[in-house]
Amino acid sequence: MSLIEISGVDFLYENDNSDRPALQNIDLQIEAGDFAVIIGSNGSGKSTLAKLLNVLLTPSKGEIFVAGLNTNNPDNTWKIRQRVGMVFQNPDNQLVASMVEDDVAFGPENLGIPTQEIRKRVDKALEMVGMAGFQKFAPHKLSGGQKQRVAIAGVIAMEPDCIVLDEPTAMLDPQGRKEVMETVQYLNKEKGITVVHITHFMEEAVNADQVIVMNQGQILHKGSPKSIFRLVEQLKDVNLDIPVAVEVAEYLRQENIDIPDILSIDELVDALC
Amino acid sequence: MLKDITIGQYIARDSIIHALDARIKIMITTILIIALFTIDTFTGFGFFAAFVLVVVLLSKISVKKVLKGLKPILILVLFTLFIHIFLTKGGEVLWSWRFISIESEGVYTGFFMVSRIFILILFTSLLTLTTSPLQLTDGIEYILSPLKRFGVPASELSMMMTIALRFIPTLLEEADKIMKAQQARGADFESGNLIQRAKSLIPLLVPLFISAFRRADDLALAMESRCYRGGEGRTRLHELEFRYYDFIALIIIIILAVAVSFY
Repeated sequence: MSLIEISGVDFLYENDNSDRPALQNIDLQIEAGDFAVIIGSNGSGKSTLAKLLNVLLTPSKGEIFVAGLNTNNPDNTWKIRQRVGMVFQNPDNQLVASMVEDDVAFGPENLGIPTQEIRKRVDKALEMVGMAGFQKFAPHKLSGGQKQRVAIAGVIAMEPDCIVLDEPTAMLDPQGRKEVMETVQYLNKEKGITVVHITHFMEEAVNADQVIVMNQGQILHKGSPKSIFRLVEQLKDVNLDIPVAVEVAEYLRQENIDIPDILSIDELVDALC
Repeated sequence: MLKDITIGQYIARDSIIHALDARIKIMITTILIIALFTIDTFTGFGFFAAFVLVVVLLSKISVKKVLKGLKPILILVLFTLFIHIFLTKGGEVLWSWRFISIESEGVYTGFFMVSRIFILILFTSLLTLTTSPLQLTDGIEYILSPLKRFGVPASELSMMMTIALRFIPTLLEEADKIMKAQQARGADFESGNLIQRAKSLIPLLVPLFISAFRRADDLALAMESRCYRGGEGRTRLHELEFRYYDFIALIIIIILAVAVSFY
């Protein structure tokens, strides 16, 4: 069984006047250790999907299993939240304490972990995100990328199987975005943590194991990055920005120039020169 | 400009007073406030003031800084003094002019009250000067925890204080940003009379409140996703720990307080 199994899920917000559900008929499996990227434009339902994985919301129809636990069963809520950590978009609004180490300790404190063990976990988590030595800093003295890495550390300290990142880079400058993406990739590749990364920056999908494209509450495509980026025209139709290298390759292909599937600038350079 | 405001008035130093447990410091302060109100002679105040001075010296915080904390209450103190001098009657008449008279009893009570207020503020400000806000909230939580049985949400209260402290700099920064944005659109925060200036704050406060509510919403979600479910079963990264000198300090204070109030 996959780590995350979503089958036949619909979700409709209460008090929502629109007829269209926020999510419609979602089927998705995410394997343990995978790096899954969900892309979609605003209002495509990707954030709603993220909240379903962490039981912040429960499906209106269908079922979600996380590590074999059904999210519809209220007894499983806290077990699932411990296994699936969430990192949100706004770095300021998810840090609880006025010192970095207290913030990272917040999750383990809630789980009732003994004091010495919390100390170990906090230091380890901060080291994993490259923020060792910032223990005594106040969050408002950190840059956006640093705050977001502290938020990730706060999740890692709970020792989850999976991290769901809901547009963690949307409010960051390019430098911060790079820091966060490197951290996430390190955690996935070196530490074997499953990552579900939600974004509207398509470049961030390049290294994924699985890419899911969402549009209007439905899954439009899922597959490897290469298979997705070949659908340049369709992606443009749903208002997604295509990475420049992919677009250039597509234009060249239209001019009958034989070119392999391209994901990054480097690959394009290799193919052309 | 708004960023430079320090929260609370905590001054970090490496001293015995700083190292005392926050709970003990809160208890000591309470005991001494009660003792202060039982004192009825100037000798008692002199003794008390000397004790406060010793504590200030032990805390390694400069006397000047501690005294600076008295500035905001100066008006209150002067007001109390004048009220007593002119309105409390009794004893010899020292000076009189038509219906106004100053009598010795008034002067005595006036100075008596002023000494009491000064020592009270001086001593309580020492608590916030030597205890970090975080330790203070932890201490309050611990002291309130016996009341949990009667439904007082002690740990939730301390969590609220912690979050409030965490968001003060963030909201100040935001206020600064909104102010600049409104000024860029021609808002004027600096000129006009008091009422006009108060009115001009509306375009600052409305967006600030809206964004604070949005932040609160986000934060609640983030806390829930990190398994926060109230104070029940929570452990702590920083446990408060009583050490032997905490008890020594408490015993000394109790002896002092008893001695002063029976003197």
